[in-house]
Amino acid sequence: MENINSNRRFIITGLFILVLLIYMIRLFLLQVVDTSYKLSAENNVFRHIIQYPTRGLIFDRNGKLLVFNQSVFDVVIVPNEIKAFDTLLFCQLVDIKKEELIQKMREAKRYSSYKPSIIIQLLDFKKFSLLQENLYKFQGFYTQARTIRSYSSPIAANLLGYVGEVDTSIVNNNPYYASGDYIGISGIEKSYEEFLRGKKGLKIQMVDVHNRLKGSYKDGKFDTIAIVGSNLITSIDADLQSYGEKLLANKKGGLVAIEPNSGEILALVASPSYDPGLLVGKQRTKNYRKLSLDADKPLFNRAIGAMYPPGSTFKTINALIGLQEGVITTKTVLPCNGGFRVGSFYQKCHHGGSVNFIYSIQGSCNAYYSQVLMRILRDNKFDSISHAYENWRNHLLSFGIGRKLNTDLSNEVKGILFTKEFYDKRFQGREWRPLQFVSMAIGQGELGVTPLQMANVCAIIANRGYYYIPHIVKAINQNDSIDKRFYQKHKVNINKEYFEPVIDGMELVVQSGTARSAYFQGIDICGKTGTAENPHGEDHSIFMAFAPKENPKIALLVFVENAGFGSTYAAPIASLLIEKYLTDSISRPYVEERIINTKLNIE
Amino acid sequence: MERSSGIFKRVDWGIILIYSLLVIFGWINIYAAVYNEDYGVIFDISQRYGKQFLWISISILLIIIIFIIDARAYEFLSYPIFIFALLLLVAVLLFGKEVNGARSWFEFGGIRLQPAEFTKVATALAVSRFMSVHDFRINRMTDLIKVAALIFLPAALIILQNDTGSALVYIAFVIVLYREGLSPWYLILGFIFILLFIGSLLASLYAVFFVLPILAILVFHFMYRNIRMTMIGIVMLVLLVLLLVINGYFFHYDKLKILVTGILVSLVILAYPAFVKRIKHYWLIAAVLVAAMAFTFSVEYIFNNVLEKHQRTRINVVLGLEDDPKGVGYNINQSKIAIGSGGFSGKGFLQGTQTKFDFVPEQDTDFIYCTVGEEWGFLGTSMVLILFGALLIRIVVLAERQRSKMNRIYGYCVASILFFHVAVNVGMTIGLTPVIGIPLPFFSYGGSSLWSFTILLFILLRLDTTRMDNF
Ligand SMILES: [Zn+2]
Repeated sequence: MENINSNRRFIITGLFILVLLIYMIRLFLLQVVDTSYKLSAENNVFRHIIQYPTRGLIFDRNGKLLVFNQSVFDVVIVPNEIKAFDTLLFCQLVDIKKEELIQKMREAKRYSSYKPSIIIQLLDFKKFSLLQENLYKFQGFYTQARTIRSYSSPIAANLLGYVGEVDTSIVNNNPYYASGDYIGISGIEKSYEEFLRGKKGLKIQMVDVHNRLKGSYKDGKFDTIAIVGSNLITSIDADLQSYGEKLLANKKGGLVAIEPNSGEILALVASPSYDPGLLVGKQRTKNYRKLSLDADKPLFNRAIGAMYPPGSTFKTINALIGLQEGVITTKTVLPCNGGFRVGSFYQKCHHGGSVNFIYSIQGSCNAYYSQVLMRILRDNKFDSISHAYENWRNHLLSFGIGRKLNTDLSNEVKGILFTKEFYDKRFQGREWRPLQFVSMAIGQGELGVTPLQMANVCAIIANRGYYYIPHIVKAINQNDSIDKRFYQKHKVNINKEYFEPVIDGMELVVQSGTARSAYFQGIDICGKTGTAENPHGEDHSIFMAFAPKENPKIALLVFVENAGFGSTYAAPIASLLIEKYLTDSISRPYVEERIINTKLNIE
Repeated sequence: MERSSGIFKRVDWGIILIYSLLVIFGWINIYAAVYNEDYGVIFDISQRYGKQFLWISISILLIIIIFIIDARAYEFLSYPIFIFALLLLVAVLLFGKEVNGARSWFEFGGIRLQPAEFTKVATALAVSRFMSVHDFRINRMTDLIKVAALIFLPAALIILQNDTGSALVYIAFVIVLYREGLSPWYLILGFIFILLFIGSLLASLYAVFFVLPILAILVFHFMYRNIRMTMIGIVMLVLLVLLLVINGYFFHYDKLKILVTGILVSLVILAYPAFVKRIKHYWLIAAVLVAAMAFTFSVEYIFNNVLEKHQRTRINVVLGLEDDPKGVGYNINQSKIAIGSGGFSGKGFLQGTQTKFDFVPEQDTDFIYCTVGEEWGFLGTSMVLILFGALLIRIVVLAERQRSKMNRIYGYCVASILFFHVAVNVGMTIGLTPVIGIPLPFFSYGGSSLWSFTILLFILLRLDTTRMDNF
């Protein structure tokens, strides 16, 4: 008996060892094999508090503040800290309906009962201070400050762009952004997002089971400080921009003004526009919907996104290419006789007899340039028309036509300029005939350019053969730190001497040619009118100009939709802008008044 | 009384070493669990770690007293001590202070004592004394009932204090009874009823249906050790199960039907060998099965009508029937997170975040093991288990080398109580046992528990020093 029982000591010892072994296996699985508990532990303890940097400010070229930040306040609740409170008073203070409040609180609770949720967004300062005074009555309610964009004057909306909440595709594709973050959606806000946003900071705080802060994790060893967004100094001249918007008001169109020797964009107007203040804060979604439904497309930046045939302004480029290729000289005289006829083809014009080179520009002779382009395409330097076309097209590309200029503006389009291969395919082995291209001689046909591209062409002419890529930002945080591509001089394939006769012609255009309406005493303006044929209605009025003739300070392109001849509206607008920019005064208030009072096709 | 140098020579230093390691490591972990930067000194008496130091110091005093007292006194005084302990339990019921719903504390000027902790020592002494008398026969019903009463009496008084956890510890004495010759059938029977209890709660009545016939076969097999007969029984079982499963497509079984069929199948299985071999215990076995059926039915009733809601929830959470991460399950979940996040080597001393920031409940008392797990990792937790394992094995060795029957039984009482505490406490923190609020010996904060375990263990060491003496 005693013996049998003493064997039981081993069974008992075995039981002890077995249980402890099972526990050790369980502990091994729990602590070493399964890593999910470490994650749960972090979720328990760490609160990653993101420090939002303030967004960089935006200035004009003269240091005038355009975009700044304004503080707004969110109301945040921690559901399980809320005690009974005076709902009526709360609703009055922040101007919210009781049902809405209850709904928001329910949603917050569903998200988490101990983590904070925003229940009211973007409270203005007045309501905030009212609430703040009474906040002690509302346990579990907190306020947190945030900033929204604010504008010192309602200009340059399309250019500056706007900021909005990130969508899920951005959150999924860019690790920097988290749901609820803000991002530049258009304009400068978009293209300079990385500079403007700064760098978010992260504070790792530890909390206890009641969500009370228990200090920084490892004394802030892993915290990062938020870096304030960089300030941008744009090349925009706020006064010129504002004046341009004033002149284009109640008209559809766009204008781009460039400082030729630097490529800096002085003004970039798309009309109709909108007040940039509409797209911030609480009203943004509502206003955005309204603006995007507007038939006049105020959200569309026509200055960089609209394509149209350049019309007669294009003759200047054909003139330059003709001279460069040697198919004409400044002495070349060509017949007009009211138009250009080849067989059944007829390009109408309005000159009697023959036209010389200078006059071909001054008087904008269609027949002259039709013949120039025919010569360019039939140039026997090339074994075929298609190769001559390719050579011509390469010249255009060097002028920045038919391709993106690679500016710092978002949503730039490249326009229309088809390749040789495109036409090879279209003609399907049939012969290339120059007549098929002849309307391009006068900027019609299969051509699409943006106002920005033509403004750049104007700057190239003003510079006598080179350009800097147009750009809107001059400096980031005071120093000249913008992308180096904007400091590179781009030359076109046209010898410098060929520009002078063209420029002489352009001077005459204003002095005694098609754009006398742009003339005023004191400044030598060189320009070229254009009329873009519009199959849907009245033609678009175009004017390209730079001034002064020597040492040009401004090159610009103005286009007004459905305004008829370039000389009617585009030319006087350009001339007023040049006068304003160069002299800071307006000598012809009656012209200004006429333009401002004109309303064209605006609903 | 022996010369003290003799005691020094004969005392088991191995156990003292393990004891010291556990107490010191426990103290370090209490320090980490309730660490307060403003009172960073581990001896700061205003903090629990400072107090624990005080309790440890008093424990050393207690050890000295235990060694001074003549070893024979523990035998002579065992009944008076037991009666005194029972009186204390009654007194605490009448005059005690209620803490967390349990009226189990005495308070003397800031120091709180929990008599239930010390009753374990008294019961261990009384049980050893009672079972060591010459004419005690454990498998004699009257003797067994007397011992059971001895164990049940303090447990019942503790249940009356509403401290079920501390009362459950007395289950540990079953191990002692087993060592002293209790028929394993009692244990198997107990085990079967636990299985049935869990099975019927898991609501899968098919499980019950399977458990009963399998039991019948097992019983048969162990009683008669006839492989051929057992195989026949198994084949019959499989056939009957198949028959029932096929029938199941046509009939819907209710609970009663399943149980009755289960028992009938079992009886049929047993009837064959009973008839062939003329086994006289057949009706006894049949009676056990009927009792099992009755038990299974009563479980549901007891569970739903006798147990309180929080007790039901605890059982359900452990059985995996309820997922309650914010309620009872919350504690288990947070405890598992704390231990699991420790990884292999832990986050380092005072680097634990889960325990320090109160995610784990009772972090310095019942859930102190979480701090070990979080800050010392698998190395720490397994180290503690190895220390306890070594302690238990060493106690069994000590118990077995006693000449005196009483000393041996007492040794097993010590091992069993410690084992129960460790198994339930650690099991609770890793989600293997229900959340029963009992401390981890030598580790958990608290004077009462530290002192009672110290007294429990060192009386054994004191008795061990006299093992060579002639009685
Ligand atoms: Zn003509």
